[in-house]
Amino acid sequence: MTNPSAPGRNYLNVDYRFRSWLWTTDHKRIAILYMISVTLFFLVGGAAAVLFRLELMTPRGDLVIAETFNKLFTLHGVVMVFFFLIPAIPTVLGNFLLPMMLGARDLAFPRLNLASWYIFMTGGLLAIGSIIAGGVDTGWTFYTPYSSTYSNTNVMLAALGAFVAGFSSILTGLNFIVTTHTMRAPGMTWFRLPIFVWSHYATSIIMVLGTPVIAITLLLVALERGLGFGIFDPKLGGDPILFQHLFWFYSHPAVYIMVLPAMGVVTEIVPCFARNRLFGYTFVAFASLAIAVISFFVWGHHLFVSGQSIYAGMIFSVLSMLVAVPSAVKVFNWTATLYRGSVSLDTPMLYALGFIGLFTLGGLTGLFLATLAIDVHVHDTYFIIAHFHYIMVGGTVMGYLGGIHFWWPKITGRIYPEWWGRLSAGIIFIGFNLTFFPQFVLGYLGMPRRVHEYVDEFQVLNVMSSAGASILGVGYLIPLAYLIWSLRYGPVAGPNPWRATGLEWQTQSPPTTFNFETTPVVTEPPYHYDPGDFQMERIEQSPGAVQGTAR
Amino acid sequence: MTTEAHVAHHFDDAEQQYAAANLGMWLFLATEVLFFGGLFAGYAQYRYWYPTEFAAGSRRLDPTLGAINTAVLLTSSLTMALAVRAAQTNDRRGTVRLLALTIVLGSVFLGVKAYEYYHKYDENLIPGRSFSLSTGHGDSGDLTTLDSSRGVAEAREIDEGPVQIFLSFYFAMTGLHAAHMVIGIGLLGALLAAARRGAFSSDYFTPVEMTGLYWHFVDIVWVFLFPLLYLIR
Amino acid sequence: MYMEEGFRLFPEQASSVAPRVDALYTFLLCVSGFFTVAIFVAIVYMAIKYRHGRPKDRPHPEPEQLWMLEIAWIVMPLALTMVMFFWGAVLYFEIRTPPEDAIELQVVGKQWMWKIYHPQGRSEINELHVPVGRPVRLRMISEDVIHSFYVPAFRVKMDVLPGRYTTMWFEATKPGEYHLFCAEYCGTEHANMSGSVYAMTPAEYAEWLQGAPAETETAQTAGSKLFTQFRCHTCHHDDSELRSPPLAGIFDKSIPLADGRMVRADDSYLRESIVNPMAKVTAGFQPVMPAYQGQLTEEQLLLIIEYIKSLPPRGARGDAS
Repeated sequence: MTNPSAPGRNYLNVDYRFRSWLWTTDHKRIAILYMISVTLFFLVGGAAAVLFRLELMTPRGDLVIAETFNKLFTLHGVVMVFFFLIPAIPTVLGNFLLPMMLGARDLAFPRLNLASWYIFMTGGLLAIGSIIAGGVDTGWTFYTPYSSTYSNTNVMLAALGAFVAGFSSILTGLNFIVTTHTMRAPGMTWFRLPIFVWSHYATSIIMVLGTPVIAITLLLVALERGLGFGIFDPKLGGDPILFQHLFWFYSHPAVYIMVLPAMGVVTEIVPCFARNRLFGYTFVAFASLAIAVISFFVWGHHLFVSGQSIYAGMIFSVLSMLVAVPSAVKVFNWTATLYRGSVSLDTPMLYALGFIGLFTLGGLTGLFLATLAIDVHVHDTYFIIAHFHYIMVGGTVMGYLGGIHFWWPKITGRIYPEWWGRLSAGIIFIGFNLTFFPQFVLGYLGMPRRVHEYVDEFQVLNVMSSAGASILGVGYLIPLAYLIWSLRYGPVAGPNPWRATGLEWQTQSPPTTFNFETTPVVTEPPYHYDPGDFQMERIEQSPGAVQGTAR
Repeated sequence: MTTEAHVAHHFDDAEQQYAAANLGMWLFLATEVLFFGGLFAGYAQYRYWYPTEFAAGSRRLDPTLGAINTAVLLTSSLTMALAVRAAQTNDRRGTVRLLALTIVLGSVFLGVKAYEYYHKYDENLIPGRSFSLSTGHGDSGDLTTLDSSRGVAEAREIDEGPVQIFLSFYFAMTGLHAAHMVIGIGLLGALLAAARRGAFSSDYFTPVEMTGLYWHFVDIVWVFLFPLLYLIR
Repeated sequence: MYMEEGFRLFPEQASSVAPRVDALYTFLLCVSGFFTVAIFVAIVYMAIKYRHGRPKDRPHPEPEQLWMLEIAWIVMPLALTMVMFFWGAVLYFEIRTPPEDAIELQVVGKQWMWKIYHPQGRSEINELHVPVGRPVRLRMISEDVIHSFYVPAFRVKMDVLPGRYTTMWFEATKPGEYHLFCAEYCGTEHANMSGSVYAMTPAEYAEWLQGAPAETETAQTAGSKLFTQFRCHTCHHDDSELRSPPLAGIFDKSIPLADGRMVRADDSYLRESIVNPMAKVTAGFQPVMPAYQGQLTEEQLLLIIEYIKSLPPRGARGDAS
């Protein structure tokens, strides 16, 4: 092994052996392992979505039979939720950036971090194994008693996959919290932390406190299938609704595991490309914590039509409404950050602004679902599908892609092609809206979710949605292609191509194994941008200029 | 052995490393509380719905064995605490002995548990298709005789479904607890090997202390499980 | 008579609550539309006005002076969401609370069909005939997994659970044929667990009720046969005061329990007392009845309960004889 701090060395070229990747404890290398893993899972989940969107072009089940359709949407849900949306931003961008933003050499528990990846992959392989063994048809929600008693598919394997992956999530969250508490560089006070760190801190709280509950719940389902335990079996006097309570106690907060990190990404990007201080830093920081805390008390809004008492419904409704407040605070503050800034619309900024728009719509439609009388009508219809895709795809995936583009120079030392970046951001935005906006209308018209056949009058909107999905699919493949291309042919990035603040930009790109030559000392608040400096070396350091000199 | 030798490359000093380990362990225990919490919540709900059946289920358990196990486990917590103390005071032999004693007590607990499980199996009280309240071995002369014969009488007039749910909770909760015990004994084994090599001293005893925290937590879970499952009728 | 084909943005309004749900929905659409457009316009406007490369002296806005702004955009969403909450909660209360005078139908969901019993004896599969202008209450239970009874044109939906009755109600306002869906994923043929709701004028409905094929028996007659078949009558007969509580006229009465509590003998209590008689034993009687858990289908239980409900109170019977 070469000396990691020798000149010209960075975390990527310090050791080329395969073993050095599989046994690495470097948070940046583990982030790369995760990046490759979640990309593969995203492609698997996306392929399933393409297939069932094709099926839904026509009202009759003519492309795939009912069993196959049910297995496809289950595959899509399980893989996307547990193996892409939940891990994506924390394990890739969070792993890579959190220690650097704090000025630390690594996460507090590097070996635990590597163990998390292995646990994650074990869970993923179990889930993939359940597909190879014939698939699962319960939906990602595993509702009892269908999952525990009636389904004839590989529920055990899939549930165990999600169960195992949960521990990876717990350990990652634990690592982040401890790192944030104990590994901050001198001068890095809590209110000098980038919002990215605050968001990940809030996310980690949910991971640590929520995930064990779904773990035990899925374990009980597996025990019920495997051994005949009766906790959710109505034939023995068990209550299948108890499963829903336990399931959503985690799975609703899990939605914020998915979106909070994306909010963190957006909060880094917007001030940088607006060359402005973040508007209302304290409010944005505490909004993250508020969302994390409230998220634990809203699960009952998934049970408004499950026979839950009217008064329980009302309590959960009013609590769910409260989540809108910190979310709105964030949106208003991001928008206000543009005020009197110096805005440039590079690819990361396009994704960030796209996030704000789509998250706004996703969040507002969440209010429809928190409103009891409307939820009675739209519950379990395509309205729900549209709503959570606006949050999870319009929110999380846009945030993830924005973050990948923003930090790509730092991660790889190369700059992606800007023109292609803007093009694909536009395609994704258009494709996304065409796919999911019609689903709001479909939902209010009454089309139930998880159906492979539907009545004829829903066809026009379904065709629009499927057409949008094909555009969206192309939109996702373009970045995959040009990002890989840029690894070899992209212009070499300097330490700080965006002239961004934040400790991660104050070291070389790609960073050395231990991130910093000397431990940085923090003396100023974050987002110390100045719109008046728009003429500064930005032009010299802009991608094009670097490209020019590189050639 | 100096303090610095134990500080991993990414920590500034031993103090920071200790703070990280300590916070990490407590967070892990918070996770564990929620892990068992789901089961406790479900148990409480069903106990409220089916008080009679849960009492009947509870009567099929042997409080004497439960009490013995409680005593064994509480003693093991004491030996664990003393092992931490021994490590802190550079008492290498004491550390080794106390860790070994803790392992022995933990194993005794698991042995008694296995014996109880076997009896449940023998009495067809394992949840599943063969579950039945009426096939208890009333004449087998073991400690459960009295309760079992009463159970046979009861079987005629009680709905077996919720009783099976009680036993499902019994096996899920004690099984999960036993799994934690097995992991704990594994950790203690590793500590024991390290302690024999003299790895711990007043400068560095974090692993012993953290394993101790874990062991006490597992102990506390049992302190809740014992009355909930064996005593409340 | 079928919903007109073609493209539409709103489903038909065919129940008493539908226009009111739509009004609330429209309110939320307006609020959402306003904020979406406002955010969009603000972003586009500022991205152009403050675009990079446009030299201008732009001092920082001082965040310290903008506390009022932050407070404003905390209070404003809070106020708006509370309006949504109260409006939605009041309407939800009505949707979940059936009127006293509703016609009661029995619904059994099973993989993958709906079976519906009318009080006058007619039953139907995957179809539901109801009169316009009369509240209709559905008492629903599932034989297997969770289903969900959903009539979009009525804006009502309720999960149909195994082992527990749920109820929903609606009042159709417009004659026509409307979609009936299962909204909760329930297995392979979930998509085809659907049918039609026919809202008819009261006269047509009365005629339809009469039109039952001659061989069909009423729920009460079928229940009475099951009552004999499962030997219920050996204990629960007219002179059974000693061994078993009298069933005649028991429905909807308050019953003292052995443990001192009182319970109302509604459908759920009657069902529980058959499948798990030990749960709530009537005061003054020995707990000797065997449990019927797993031995009766929900459909059979429902018929037996209908039979028990049809038994006239003791006094009334004495007078009649």
